[in-house]
Amino acid sequence: MDYAIEMLNITKDFPGIRANDNVTLKVERGTIHALLGENGAGKSTLMSILFGLYEPTEGIIKVNGKEVKITNPNVANDLGIGMVHQHFKLVHNFTVTENIILGSEPKTKFGTVDTKTTAKRIDELSKKYGFDIDPSQKIEDITVGMQQRVEILKMLYRNADILIFDEPTAVLTPQEIDELIAIMKSLAAEGKTIILITHKLKEIKAVADKCTVLRRGKFIAEVEVSKTSEKEMAELMVGREVDFKIHKPEIQLGNKVLEIKDLCVKNTRGTRAVENFSLSVRSGEIVGIAGIDGNGQKELVEAITGLCPITSGTLILNGKDVSGFSIKKRIDSGIGHVPEDRHKHGLILDFKLKENFIIHGYNTEQFSKNGILNFTKIDQYADKLINEFDVRSGQGKETITRSMSGGNQQKAIIAREIDRSPDLLIVVQPTRGLDVGAIEYIHSRIVNERNAGKAVLLVSFELDEILGLSDRIAVMYNGGITGIVNDKETDEKQLGLMMAGSKIEGVSDHE
Amino acid sequence: MSKKNEKIIIPLIAVGLGILVGMIILLLSGKDIATLFAGLVKGLTGYDMLKAGSAVNLRYPGEFLVSTMPIILTGLSISFAYRTGMFNIGCEGQVIMGSLVSCMVAILVPMPNFIAVVVCIIVGGIAGALWAFIPGLLKSKFNISEVVTGIMLNYTALYGANYFLRALPGSSAQRTVNIPENAMLGSELFKQITNNSRFHWGFIIVIIAVVLFWFIIEKTSFGYSLRATGFNKEGARYAGIKVNKSIILSIMISGFLAGIAGAIVVQGTFGYGRVMVAMDNYGFDGIAVALVGGCTALGVTFAGMLFGLLKVTQPLLQTFGVPKEIGEIISSSIVFFVALQYAIQYYLLKFTSGKKKKKQELQPQGGDVK
Repeated sequence: MDYAIEMLNITKDFPGIRANDNVTLKVERGTIHALLGENGAGKSTLMSILFGLYEPTEGIIKVNGKEVKITNPNVANDLGIGMVHQHFKLVHNFTVTENIILGSEPKTKFGTVDTKTTAKRIDELSKKYGFDIDPSQKIEDITVGMQQRVEILKMLYRNADILIFDEPTAVLTPQEIDELIAIMKSLAAEGKTIILITHKLKEIKAVADKCTVLRRGKFIAEVEVSKTSEKEMAELMVGREVDFKIHKPEIQLGNKVLEIKDLCVKNTRGTRAVENFSLSVRSGEIVGIAGIDGNGQKELVEAITGLCPITSGTLILNGKDVSGFSIKKRIDSGIGHVPEDRHKHGLILDFKLKENFIIHGYNTEQFSKNGILNFTKIDQYADKLINEFDVRSGQGKETITRSMSGGNQQKAIIAREIDRSPDLLIVVQPTRGLDVGAIEYIHSRIVNERNAGKAVLLVSFELDEILGLSDRIAVMYNGGITGIVNDKETDEKQLGLMMAGSKIEGVSDHE
Repeated sequence: MSKKNEKIIIPLIAVGLGILVGMIILLLSGKDIATLFAGLVKGLTGYDMLKAGSAVNLRYPGEFLVSTMPIILTGLSISFAYRTGMFNIGCEGQVIMGSLVSCMVAILVPMPNFIAVVVCIIVGGIAGALWAFIPGLLKSKFNISEVVTGIMLNYTALYGANYFLRALPGSSAQRTVNIPENAMLGSELFKQITNNSRFHWGFIIVIIAVVLFWFIIEKTSFGYSLRATGFNKEGARYAGIKVNKSIILSIMISGFLAGIAGAIVVQGTFGYGRVMVAMDNYGFDGIAVALVGGCTALGVTFAGMLFGLLKVTQPLLQTFGVPKEIGEIISSSIVFFVALQYAIQYYLLKFTSGKKKKKQELQPQGGDVK
């Protein structure tokens, strides 16, 4: 076999946790190899070792059959290994070309930076793989999907033969995902070797040749993707049977918990982001808001939770007008919020995990008395949430939240918000970056809230999630609603059209 | 290495490196290194190493403690604001206002014994808090940087205070009259014990401040909300914490601590108000102390003592024939090395992992790696 990468019997220890335990990964040249595992299974650690960010405690790495020691990312680059990170590392007010050459700028004979010849080379590369990128555009002016292509180009420009993609589709729209898959295939056809870190089975099925499965830091299996089903891979990953279906019993709808009337919101740039938006959510139902990112969902949610001011319109919560309430008062009136941006809003990253759990209730009877925090109660509560929601981290409740994996951070937020059991639960992208097992669990908890007679407002950019969870679906386009449809009477195609702006007469909003 | 250990080890390494720099400079200028340590030991304990068998002079430790008191307080002041995400560079001005108001009230308002001391300290603190309210309000309402307003208010305080001090009855161009005895923190008992040093009751206030600082920041829900704001303003806002209120309150408490420092300088160290040509730098020393002390109560206490020691050692070194600037070189080198903490962290990591590697010999060698 002609292997581009061989990582043999890799073990990596961190204080309190063994992230990789005797893991072996062999990748054939010119193939796409998926690395599948839940959050915290050790995928990122393994790839960081390959990219020179960590050194393994034990084990051997071979690149193109030769044993190597990768002590830092520069060594990895020299070996032709490139990494497309989940969070792009681009300078926003630089052009595509400037970003690509950053760090190894070619000089003209006068000593200035030679952008002309490089722009030409980038253009050639872009055409060769069908990237469709204009090298003179600034990063801030192009879409997220395009930015990702710049990251890929950066690797190709540096003659990388082995490309690591770290959860590349997490930030993309469905169309962009299709395009990325095409790009990856053409790269492999050109002889590049690709390692794809992901937990999305659909994508593995669509693009990968082989798949290595990790679970809790251990190597579980290497499978031939074409001979395996999604369900089998999911079970290898989770270690038990997985149920993809969401079970929702019929239940009686109750009162209107949230009523939005003619809401108008301006965004930070001062332009209208939400226009004459009306919608209500009853107790016992999940209302999904579908739509492509950037059509006013963020502003809508922030207006309801009080994070951004409303221009006009009213918000009624349990029959009370809360439009003028402070954030705190809205929370106390029964709003729970799983925010879209978990680093900016959801968590205080430098706090310990247990401190993040009490962020809403720190000054209530539950956790403090006469202004003094009760750490016994706080510890007990943290243990309870960690157990119940299976939040994994190095030092348990004492872990600094910043050092936790993204999926476990998200679980922590969900645990905190759901445990408060608010009358209105607003969840935005609740399962982004989570693995099958965690998604299954979180979906069931959201449905439980609905069954318990709470109102749930779900905002998601993933149609599967919207279709699976919602009782009714409102599609947002350009700050307004293009239609409200019943979950059972619609499909992806119809929603897709509505997301693109075509109005559809669906069910009315209870009136 | 755990984070906790790092927090202690890095400042210690920085202190060591700072003293090393001082030693190298002494060597280069042809002085005896022993004098530096003799100076430090004498400043700390009053024992003169260079004159074997000489008696211990408690005046030195007394003066050492006198010089640490205000800078521990300003160190706490800077740290308190910093934990809420603010850089209270206006601390200096708040110290000056604390001094001014404490002095004015002591001279102008006749008060019964015991009450006078306490009242003067409290009004000093309040003056500092009110002076800090200005940058706090501007920050929370208009998002104006507290650094810019703080620096400007430092000068406003300096020259404004000078005007009022000169206007007090009986003031000369340089100083006011002595404040009444009952507003003083000094005590005959301490004077007797410490061979006529200026050591005073202010140390009790400092201890209370250190304990309260720790308690508020670590143990109360109020401190929790301040820390949340300091780490992530948007995250705190999301959680319903009133960020603007936190900002104003925190900088006012910071100002209160600075004001108390100013009051102690008047009521303890000098006993009168001084018309100042330039700032005393208590506030700026506080920045260094907070930095070295990692903005924690205990850290600030030790850092404050270290900087206080370096300060009182300066005149001692001069008597040993060493230029007093050596003390300043050492203290600024320490600050420099603490600011370099990431570099120290980096080398620490290299050092410790290097040791591990040698022990285990696990890394296979090979490949054409540069």
